[in-house]
Amino acid sequence: MLIKLENIAKDYVNDGSATSALRDVTMAINEGEFVAIMGASGSGKSTLMHIIGFLDKATSGQYFFDGEEANQLDDNKLAEIRNQKIGFVFQAYNLLARTSVLENVLLPTIYTPHLDRKTSEKNARQILEKLNLSHRVDHQPNQLSGGEQQRAAIVRALINNPRLILADEPTGNLDSKSGQEVMEILQDLNEEGRTIVMVTHEKYVAECARRIITLKDGQIISDQKLASQRLAKDGLVK
Amino acid sequence: MNLRQTLKYIWGNLTLNKTRSLLTMLGIIIGVAAVISIISVGASAQDLLLAQVKAMGTNLIGILPGASDDQGPPSAAFGIEVTTLKYEDALEIRKLPNILAISAYITGRGTVSYFSQTKELNYTGVMPEYPVVEDTSVESGRFIKQEDMDSLARVAILGSKVATDFFDQEDPLEKSIKINQVVFKVVGVMKERGAAGLQNQDEQVFIPLKTAQKIMLGIDHVAYIRTKVDKEENIDPAIVQVKEVLRFRHHIKDVIKDDFTVRSIAQALDILSSITQALKMFLGAVAAISLVVGGIGIMNIMFVTVSERTKEIGLRKAVGAKRKDILFQFLIESAAMTLIGGILGIILGVLISGAIALGVNYFDYDWRFIITPLSVLSAVFMAAGVGLIFGLWPANRASLMEAIEALRRQ
Repeated sequence: MLIKLENIAKDYVNDGSATSALRDVTMAINEGEFVAIMGASGSGKSTLMHIIGFLDKATSGQYFFDGEEANQLDDNKLAEIRNQKIGFVFQAYNLLARTSVLENVLLPTIYTPHLDRKTSEKNARQILEKLNLSHRVDHQPNQLSGGEQQRAAIVRALINNPRLILADEPTGNLDSKSGQEVMEILQDLNEEGRTIVMVTHEKYVAECARRIITLKDGQIISDQKLASQRLAKDGLVK
Repeated sequence: MNLRQTLKYIWGNLTLNKTRSLLTMLGIIIGVAAVISIISVGASAQDLLLAQVKAMGTNLIGILPGASDDQGPPSAAFGIEVTTLKYEDALEIRKLPNILAISAYITGRGTVSYFSQTKELNYTGVMPEYPVVEDTSVESGRFIKQEDMDSLARVAILGSKVATDFFDQEDPLEKSIKINQVVFKVVGVMKERGAAGLQNQDEQVFIPLKTAQKIMLGIDHVAYIRTKVDKEENIDPAIVQVKEVLRFRHHIKDVIKDDFTVRSIAQALDILSSITQALKMFLGAVAAISLVVGGIGIMNIMFVTVSERTKEIGLRKAVGAKRKDILFQFLIESAAMTLIGGILGIILGVLISGAIALGVNYFDYDWRFIITPLSVLSAVFMAAGVGLIFGLWPANRASLMEAIEALRRQ
């Protein structure tokens, strides 16, 4: 079991009054799964993903990742886990401006100790090649289309060979063709055995996963495994 | 974290906002340039002053009226006029062994005129051995004689510049000039000596000491006495003897009641160099304040940079940057900015000092262009230090940002 959440709750305190973003969330995700977390905006799906990605801490409850309990880890250890075990894909790509695609992709590696640049660069070029970005290696993000930028961001997420890929609305800023490409890539990665957790509010995107967890008002209201996965290469139809 | 990558990235950020970076650096540039040029000018001025005192000869003993302790300046330096030193003291000291020459001095300011030309000048009453004491001589004519002193003769010896100013091609000898309406006969012209210290030696008129005292000023004291000793090793015994003579003449029984100060040029040099050194350091410190102001400018712009790049900080933390990585990145950025500013400041400071040296030398001073490696080094370290210290606060704020908060910010 890669991920296990037990009674996770998250409260935000604003001007003295607490609002509850997550309540009593208990679930587990196994290695190799492709999970979509669905829900309307404000349902707590992003908060859940941030907790899973160690970007945020739960107010109460326990979160185990790869056998380690989040509350036991200090900030440096959390940074190490984010660096080496988790790859993030954001809705807005979050590539550094004025920095080449190659340097962007290599960003996590500069925070990884004992990694030599030559090996990382070779590795980066291989993954860029695999995602058809070889011709964009030295370009800057603003010279790339949205789809290309998101593909570059996926390469960045893969560069340290993480145990888990967390994708936050990966197709949210893309046209349907680019969105389809990105979903194809995620499905391919999952076929290769990678664990993927994706947040989306679009049903047709969620259906590309193998399991859909639906949140409402901070609670899990359904958790279903899909009998038949929608294949992105067949086209995403709304 | 890879330093080369970091530097490359920082360089990109600095060049992106060229105007902003340059304006921010300007504070440091001006601060460093001020420190460098002020210390350089101070060192050159000190060198010039000391060289000129040294040029008077190290075998000189100076006698000043008024008491002073060994290190501090004599009371005359504070503008207090002490009237205890007399012409007769000089005559008595002259009788001591190993004394080569002596002259007492009294200076007045007056209007010197020759027909329709007039000029405000210093006239100095001196004794016949003045040229020996001061290592100079007359160019033409003669200097003051003992008979001039005794008869209160109204004779004048002109400094070389005074001679050319008033007489141009004409021969000044035997001409009559007026000093404060008193008629003097020009009997000699001094050799050119060049500007020395605070007054131009060539722009003076020399008259017999007694004439200056009785006819011009109506006093009977002297401003100071200088005497030349034959050999350097005789200076210390001579100082002791001079003190004894003066105590005897002034009826002083207790050493602490001395109403005079006797110093060798070597001592004077020590005092002068410690005073000028202190002055130089003080000015340098004042200039360093502008560096602090420049540092605050850096801090300000670093805060702006940090808040502009909140998202970037969030991303870096999300992909594994630790607190110290972020701290390091922003610290290097502010240090790089001050370092570049510091280097530009050094160049500017050296140029300013060079221009000042050129300008001063144009006026015939022997001004040496001095840039000490120490001042350059300390300016660089001060600048980098300012960058680090003032960069610390913004960098710390950046490093403390929560990844999630930073990512959420638009």
